[in-house]
Amino acid sequence: MPDLLLDIKGLETEFKTPDGIIHAVNGVSFGLKEGETLGVVGESGCGKSVTMLSVLGLIPSPPGKVVAGEALFFGQDLLKMTKEEIRLVRGAQIGMIFQDPMTSLNPVLTIGRQIEEPLMLHIGMTKKQAQERAAELLGMVGIPNAKDRLNDYPHQYSGGMRQRVMIAMALSCSPQVLIADEPTTALDVTIQAQIMDLVKRLRNELGMTIVWITHDLGVVAGLAQRVIVMYGGLIIEEAPVNELFANPSHPYTVGLIGSLPRVDETEHSRLFSIDGQPPVLYQKPHACPFAPRCKWAMERCWKENPALETVSNEHRIACWVDIKTGRSR
Amino acid sequence: MTTSNEETILQVEDLKMHFPIYRGVFQRQVGAVHAVDGISFDVRRGETLGLVGESGCGKSTTGRTILQLYKPTAGQVHFNGVDLVSLKGEELRMMRRKMQMIFQDPYASLNPRMTVADTVGEPLMVHNVATGKEIQERVQQLLELVGLNPAFASRYPHEFSGGQRQRIGVARALALQPSFIVCDEPISALDVSIQAQVVNLLEELQEQFNLTYLFIAHDLSMVRHISKRVAVMYLGVIMELADRDDLYLHPLHPYTQALLSAVPIPDPVADARRTRTILEGDVPSPVNPPSGCRFRTRCPIAEKICAESRPDFREVSSGHFVACHMVK
Repeated sequence: MPDLLLDIKGLETEFKTPDGIIHAVNGVSFGLKEGETLGVVGESGCGKSVTMLSVLGLIPSPPGKVVAGEALFFGQDLLKMTKEEIRLVRGAQIGMIFQDPMTSLNPVLTIGRQIEEPLMLHIGMTKKQAQERAAELLGMVGIPNAKDRLNDYPHQYSGGMRQRVMIAMALSCSPQVLIADEPTTALDVTIQAQIMDLVKRLRNELGMTIVWITHDLGVVAGLAQRVIVMYGGLIIEEAPVNELFANPSHPYTVGLIGSLPRVDETEHSRLFSIDGQPPVLYQKPHACPFAPRCKWAMERCWKENPALETVSNEHRIACWVDIKTGRSR
Repeated sequence: MTTSNEETILQVEDLKMHFPIYRGVFQRQVGAVHAVDGISFDVRRGETLGLVGESGCGKSTTGRTILQLYKPTAGQVHFNGVDLVSLKGEELRMMRRKMQMIFQDPYASLNPRMTVADTVGEPLMVHNVATGKEIQERVQQLLELVGLNPAFASRYPHEFSGGQRQRIGVARALALQPSFIVCDEPISALDVSIQAQVVNLLEELQEQFNLTYLFIAHDLSMVRHISKRVAVMYLGVIMELADRDDLYLHPLHPYTQALLSAVPIPDPVADARRTRTILEGDVPSPVNPPSGCRFRTRCPIAEKICAESRPDFREVSSGHFVACHMVK
């Protein structure tokens, strides 16, 4: 398919720890279409962040290592690039925002300096051009008196404003893809709403492709067009956003949606809870990783790991059971 | 707000908690953080009162001040008719049996060098309500009650997951059979699928022991789920308090309205249908809060009067309190 901007195939990443090897990502494949917003959802330790960090060559090595797979970006395999080569892609063609805006900025450099640096480095702007562009970018992400505030230090900005700065930095070299790793998790809801509103506006203005990693299904519902749900280092369900919420088909997705209370709920019932805990991946899953917590689990689920298969148009799941009938599919 | 009937277990009146700021060589007081600045409400026996607000609004300070973990700057806290603020030493210690707390971070709130049995049994020992074998038996019962295997009693906290640790915290809080528990963000450090487990446990225990909860959280969806009544705080002040459905369906205060509209709904169809009020700017500093109404700097409908006088916290319909000049 020519319209795939980023095509990830069979990605596997592991980490060496004193307790043994953790198999964080165990064969993840998906494509990213130009102009779409893809939500990647899962709980802590499911491999959602590690997947994207692996693609960007940001896994600390050692202890981490990408052991298999490819990630084609404009036909080039990002995983085979040298450190220098991938550094030119990061920042320039793929922008990133991270979870914690408090620690992602250097506290002893002015905001302006931190935005100007990549502009001079990647695009080769002069100091003066970079300053103008930095002010323009800050204005674009909704910081008032942008020009004056370039000389401020990070501690003079609030949490929400720092995340805006991070977005401005990520966008500074006009990347084709923006990867956002839990960018609103550390923020209050009213500030989260501001940031989501900003991202939607920028998406429309710049026609950007976005990968939004989060544990919050509510955020995904409001922002993404297509969603990937991860568990145990694997994709277990993938669907367009409306389809996923209207017709969740993997027992884990069903449980996850059911365990959320809703701010618009009117009837009070016990929350649906998934018993047990997510697995620690000392071994590569040979059976379905969700089987120990799954109330539909059959004999086969304990022996074989189901592959991700298409069940209907653009809806793929990795499960042996058809939860509507409770029988094997 | 001073309706004291039998039902009321806790009555808070004009509670203030200011933390002084000291500067300079002589450590002179140069100001104060107005963390809680005059709030009044009551909690009825057996109910869950949700206390919501954004970070830094004073909701945790409120919980701690009620339990006298901080000495309040002003105001009164009546618990079962006794003013806690005036109690000291042994008298206060005796009252603590009846009011306990569940903390936010199950990774930080358990002593890593104490076994589960020590942690859960410690309150029994400190308050001299059981000895030796009785403690052991009681610990086993408590662990079973919160859904942990009693055989784990001799293990250390690092051997447990976040959800299990929070269960240990719940068991410890229940050890002295309290009637009132302050739950300070008990689930916000947990994963989504584990949150539901802990919330269901809290609800079951409440039914079983007729517990009263003050449930502090920033997650408005969870607060709607667990609470009977809800109070919304902003910058040290309660802006609105009402029955759960009343508050969520008919929010009167502009801050409550904005807060509710900012919460994402895990349903793309319902989410797209909503109209959103997006607040501008950030929460001002509690060191130097705005004059008059605390919310006026971000309020979409603020007028001149809002800067001049602080709105009263008044009852506009039965059980629905709001502090806003613009609400008729």
